[in-house]
Amino acid sequence: MSDLTHVEDIQKQVRIYLSVFAALAVLTVVTVGVGYMDLPILPALIVGLTIATIKGSLVAAYFMHLISEKRLIQSLVVLSLGLLVTMFAIFTIYYFDQRGGEVAGL
Amino acid sequence: MQIPYTVAPRPDTGVYNAKLGVWLFLASEVMLFGGLFSAYIFLRVGAPAWPGEMAGETYARAHEILNVPLATLNTMVLIASSVTMVMSWASLAMKRFDRYRLYMAATILFGLIFLVVKGFEYGAKFEHHLLPSESNFLAIYFVLTGLHGLHVIGGIIVNSYFLGPGSRMWKTNPKQFTNRIEIAGLYWHFVDLVWIFLFPTIYLL
Amino acid sequence: MADHAVPGATSGHDVHPPDHDGRDEHHHELPFWRKYIFSTDHKVIGIQYGLTSLLFLLFGFSLMMLMRWQLAYPGEALPIIGTLFGDENMPGGVMLPEFYNQLGAMHGTIMVFLGVVPLAVGAFGNYVVPLQIGAPDMAFPKLNMASYWVFFIGGVVMLSSFWVPAGAAKAGWTSYPPLANIETMGQTMWIFGMIFLITSSLLGAVNFLTTIVQLRAEGLTYMRLPFFVWAQLVTSFLLLLAFPPLEAAAVLQLMDRLVDTSFFMPSGLVVSGQPLDVAGGGSPLLWQHLFWFLAHPEVYVLILPALGIVAEIIANNTRKPLWGYKAMVFSLVFLGFMSFIVWAHHMFITGMGTIMSTFFQTTTMIISIPSVIILTALFISLWGGSIRFTTPMLFALGFLPMFGIGGLTGLPLGLAPTDIHLHDTYYVIGHFHYVVAPGSILALLGGIYYWFPKVTGRRMNDVLGKIHFWGTIVCMNGIFFPMFIQGLAGVSRRLYDGGQIYAHAEPVIHYNEFMSIAAWLLFLFQIPFIVNLAISIRKGKKVKDNAWDATTLEWSAAPSPPVGHGNFVKLPRVYRGPYEYSHPDHSDDFLPQDVPLEMEAQPAGV
Repeated sequence: MSDLTHVEDIQKQVRIYLSVFAALAVLTVVTVGVGYMDLPILPALIVGLTIATIKGSLVAAYFMHLISEKRLIQSLVVLSLGLLVTMFAIFTIYYFDQRGGEVAGL
Repeated sequence: MQIPYTVAPRPDTGVYNAKLGVWLFLASEVMLFGGLFSAYIFLRVGAPAWPGEMAGETYARAHEILNVPLATLNTMVLIASSVTMVMSWASLAMKRFDRYRLYMAATILFGLIFLVVKGFEYGAKFEHHLLPSESNFLAIYFVLTGLHGLHVIGGIIVNSYFLGPGSRMWKTNPKQFTNRIEIAGLYWHFVDLVWIFLFPTIYLL
Repeated sequence: MADHAVPGATSGHDVHPPDHDGRDEHHHELPFWRKYIFSTDHKVIGIQYGLTSLLFLLFGFSLMMLMRWQLAYPGEALPIIGTLFGDENMPGGVMLPEFYNQLGAMHGTIMVFLGVVPLAVGAFGNYVVPLQIGAPDMAFPKLNMASYWVFFIGGVVMLSSFWVPAGAAKAGWTSYPPLANIETMGQTMWIFGMIFLITSSLLGAVNFLTTIVQLRAEGLTYMRLPFFVWAQLVTSFLLLLAFPPLEAAAVLQLMDRLVDTSFFMPSGLVVSGQPLDVAGGGSPLLWQHLFWFLAHPEVYVLILPALGIVAEIIANNTRKPLWGYKAMVFSLVFLGFMSFIVWAHHMFITGMGTIMSTFFQTTTMIISIPSVIILTALFISLWGGSIRFTTPMLFALGFLPMFGIGGLTGLPLGLAPTDIHLHDTYYVIGHFHYVVAPGSILALLGGIYYWFPKVTGRRMNDVLGKIHFWGTIVCMNGIFFPMFIQGLAGVSRRLYDGGQIYAHAEPVIHYNEFMSIAAWLLFLFQIPFIVNLAISIRKGKKVKDNAWDATTLEWSAAPSPPVGHGNFVKLPRVYRGPYEYSHPDHSDDFLPQDVPLEMEAQPAGV
């Protein structure tokens, strides 16, 4: 691979970085706007987490180059996130399943 | 004696050692912040009201007690710093050391701005006696943002080292130096990533 | 190969492999403190971990021996040394309950976090893994050094907590709130100590995983790895992903104690007649979740390296390949995954709902399957073998039924209906000690006898070794078996008087004296081991490089001891699996991994 091609590749990357930045800025504005709408908790949670996941995925995929990374690294990320989500799920279900557990004022 | 694959990637895995090392470290950091987020879920689900009562007043939404505009600014600052961070690596990949220094300095600057804004936020809380001991909402707010802030400080220190004395390696081993900036970048992006989830969770929900 | 006897070279047989770009590195003699104190060489670090952890094991054992005096003779003064502990702890030589609680909490903490894990992972892992994969060192030598010293600081913090006002932590190794939140200063030091130890483990885990993935020798595919390396790989994953939530919890408990937050403090708590002035609204259960999320994978961290050691010793001393290597490897990996979703079987009595109870009982039953597969495969590996009853083999053989008992006694604890009766009784203590003491520790001791010749070039004395083995295994059973009986009778754990005060303990209380005597005898039987270690380093019989005629790389490709920098004169290349013993086509009963086929010994009779 000659240096010139290499540089062109990077410059293409730079265009992607700037587009991602723009997308992140827009999504931030959206999420704050939705936040001020004072939606009930469940819709607010779904919208907020969805937007955050999109933003996070953009950062991971393009700034951290995950989208073009080696399989080893991608598998590691998937594994960790899987464990994280499992932990959240079990904690949450545990709480609701508890005897005498009251869930007020979410 | 040389450790193999410190710079050149290992053929079957396709990565050099430090890259695998930093991703493994980030996996553990995911679980660290995950543990704190789990604590947040548990405390919130169990609370009669959220944010609830503190310092004599009752709050129904987080934005009534937290400074959302300031935090939004901080969000944009951190995202911008992520862009400059990856640009600093890209500059090295294009062999533009001067551009690298510019972008790295900008990254550090954005990081410092983030901390200063956070300082104002915290200061305002303390002035109104809104301490972590007041309520669980404040407690988890301070712990989550505080631990995140400590990670930002760590990142600034590492980046400053690479802007300063560490950058000497560019002359002796440019490939390894570029790799190091890639690694520092991965850590910095992760710190940004955590904030991307932290911000809506604490300030907006 | 030219012998570079460079003046001031690091050791006698110092043959330097040429550097990657052709230059020859001249090793200047490192000053003492860089060579032995702040070394980045995995072998030195492994030995540092080994010596430090053995000392901590001895210290933790001593704490227990003290406790056992109180359990055998409650309220009686300990003769001669009793008054040495001071009036705050043992006035007139009689143990106070507060001191008993300190001993209990610190015994557990020290044995697990400063003893067994650093020995199993820090010492054995560090020393053996790079050698077994044909690597010159770990992937990140400086990080390795940092890991050891952070561990060391954690140990110092933990030890010094005994000398602060009101002494060390008293709320058990589990540090449950609300008690842990309101305990004395020693509890804060416990938390700080844990933060250091967790950090050390995390750094180590990153190092091990990167090393095993990236630095395997040419030809060493995953399914050709010695089982010991697989065990360390899975162990490191557990450490990497399970420890951080406990680190998070430790930070939260620290905040509760230092700045009066209420993460774990429920509302309306009254202490000594006074309602606490805290915000409340916290959850003691939250701590239990975060703690056990780590602490369950932690028990697999305690056992997996031991299983790895036993596998190595058995293969070597039966002169045949391990039976079911593939099944064992898959079981290991499956066990690793499952270990993250069984934790609440430690919490069956906390008011858990039926969905969660069903879930955790099911996952706990499922996780017993891979351990049974591994244990069964090890037993079957003995069948048809040419068994050599070397000292390490005695320990490995002794491990098998002991781990069986430990594992089987866990089953009633994993099922809620029985656990409700057995939770927090001596039955639990019996169960986990069987797995860790005549289980892990027995295997680790065997590992010391096994790899001692690699580290020193000498053998340990076999007579002393056999005395050590038999004394240890008999005494361990003497201490821990009666605990099942006491637990089934309903005797609770962590009782300062051993259960004297309860009528239901009356028929089984007499075991306490018997168990204590067994414990003190156990200590006496460690003396031959300590003496053996000390004299064999200098006076042990010298052995050849491959002392046990083993097939794995640490034995066949590296000298004993290995080359100071880089382990191998030449980095080995691997041609086959790890346990090619008694191959029908070869006259030798072992074929090392790194011997190419053209160089094998001629078949007999040609």
